[in-house]
Amino acid sequence: MRDVLANYIPQERSEIFVMVSSIAVKETKFREELRALVERQNDPRLGDLRERAFKHFAAEGFPTLKDEDWKYTNVASAANGEWSVSEGVNEQQLSEIDIEILSRFEFDRNGFTALNLAFADVRIVRIAKETSLDEPIEFTFEGENGKATFPHIIVIAEAGSKATIVETYSSNAKSFTNAAVQVIVEDDASITHYRVQKDSPEAFNYGVTEVTLRSGSSYDSTNINLGGGLSRHDIEVKFTAEGGEAWVDGLYMLNGSQHHDTHSIIDHTVPNCLSHQNYRGVLNDKSRAVFNGKVFVRENASGTDAQQQNKNLLLSNDARVDTKPQLEIFNDDVKCSHGATVGQLEEEELFYLLTRGLPETLARNLLTYGFAEEIINKIAIEAIKSELDSMVLNRLEAVI
Amino acid sequence: MLLEVKDLHAGIEGKEILTGLNLQVNKGEVHAIMGPNGSGKSTLSKVLAGHPAYEVISGEVLFEGKNLLELEPDERAREGVFMAFQYPVEVPGVSNSQFLRLAYNEKMKHHGQEELDPLEFNDYLKEKAKIVEMDPQFFKRSVNEGFSGGEKKRNEILQMAVLNPKLAILDETDSGLDIDALRIVAEGVNKLRSSDNAVILVTHYQRLLNYIQPDFVHVLANGKIVKEGGKELAVELEEKGYDWVKAASK
Repeated sequence: MRDVLANYIPQERSEIFVMVSSIAVKETKFREELRALVERQNDPRLGDLRERAFKHFAAEGFPTLKDEDWKYTNVASAANGEWSVSEGVNEQQLSEIDIEILSRFEFDRNGFTALNLAFADVRIVRIAKETSLDEPIEFTFEGENGKATFPHIIVIAEAGSKATIVETYSSNAKSFTNAAVQVIVEDDASITHYRVQKDSPEAFNYGVTEVTLRSGSSYDSTNINLGGGLSRHDIEVKFTAEGGEAWVDGLYMLNGSQHHDTHSIIDHTVPNCLSHQNYRGVLNDKSRAVFNGKVFVRENASGTDAQQQNKNLLLSNDARVDTKPQLEIFNDDVKCSHGATVGQLEEEELFYLLTRGLPETLARNLLTYGFAEEIINKIAIEAIKSELDSMVLNRLEAVI
Repeated sequence: MLLEVKDLHAGIEGKEILTGLNLQVNKGEVHAIMGPNGSGKSTLSKVLAGHPAYEVISGEVLFEGKNLLELEPDERAREGVFMAFQYPVEVPGVSNSQFLRLAYNEKMKHHGQEELDPLEFNDYLKEKAKIVEMDPQFFKRSVNEGFSGGEKKRNEILQMAVLNPKLAILDETDSGLDIDALRIVAEGVNKLRSSDNAVILVTHYQRLLNYIQPDFVHVLANGKIVKEGGKELAVELEEKGYDWVKAASK
């Protein structure tokens, strides 16, 4: 819409006018859609929450390059797009407790999270006390052309329970996915979480994962980002009691003009918790990635074991990555390490493969594949692992 | 003749290390190249394998009469040159069997022979693994990752067994091995040696030669071969040390 109009009005001033008015129109449109949603659901507690979140969105708008946390990720193309809100799939009645958990979602992180809560399509899964689920709990989202979706998943793993969550985004269209996941892992419970984003290169995908860990609980997540033209994943893990353990790993593998951004926050507020983070990036063509990992070890958090690593492989001269691992420690009795690398394949590794008779292209592909596989190999569900395997190989145009 | 090195001068980063080396290797022979640290043993291995950091200044290397130096490292490998590394490289994320099958099939393809599918290759690999007493558990593991020193060296000999080279250069394969690992590695090499191939053992110590009997021993000092003989030369070196040869070469 904006592009078409801009073509007819060449003067600079008019273009600005068109852009501003189109945002205003969009906001009004969102507002109308929200009103319809609130009326339809007729749940005043939920309605209030939605209105509050929308008010925040209306005031803040979408993040811009001026926001420190967004300075490398320009979301203007998504923000200026014309999106209609798709109807929620699931309109289950929420209990008092559900609403309470939903209200703990930090919607004021940014415009996306505020808009997510305003339109949240809530799905709640509760894993009963001391229950181990054999089958994974799967959530799959396929975006539609021109549509905005706002999935909001809440997983509560009750004390001593154990389960695997699989969250998959596989849009084939120019869609706008704005998702949020709240995971609460109660005492001694354990959650394995696979998040796979393989949207089409036209799609825009934003997602936030909020994890709360209680005493002796564990959370093991693998976040794979292969798709989307523009994607961002924010993940925040909070330890609220001693003995929690979190593994937060990820792979972004990009080509063409794809852009991916991962921002993570691991917050050690209590003693004796462990967090290990291993993020890898493989960037080809003109793709671009951002990794920003903050680890806080608060004054009280003695006995913390926090490790963070981000390694990037640039396969082309035009690819770029901005990585910033940050560790803020306010306690002496801790074991912490962090580091980031950006580079090409190791020459000695390459030579080793060549001396075994592998042609150079194959040797390079094999090393790149191995680099990515270190993350993918974590996935314990064979079907997902082998699909990702082939996707990685396709990216490398390699037969292995 | 399988390998002929003629008046080879080579080095790294502008520094000449090999200063006129001559060597002739025929099929069916095992040659030991011995010498003190810094004599150029490793440089010779690396130059023969085609390491890009090493530069040939002058001289010739013929492999089956063809100029080896104009071939890329991977072409040399497919032609039948193999080097077992002193420090085998870890390749995380790539399984041993995947890696070996690719290497094996590239060689087969090069020689117009039939490639093996994963199942066929697995049987082939199991047979070869017996040579170095290697547990098939290692096939699934990433190449050399988390392997002990001895396991890495056995894995090198397994690769040699799989690729069946005409010329195998074992670069300090005995370094860092305990007696048991040394025995397994040496027995593996003994099983693989035949009238169709040749082995060059590059080593500092005579120890390995108790297990693998060389036909010829060459002593390297200051980048050239200063003394040659049969296996008794290795024993003499062990008794008298390298100073004796270095002094004799002056």
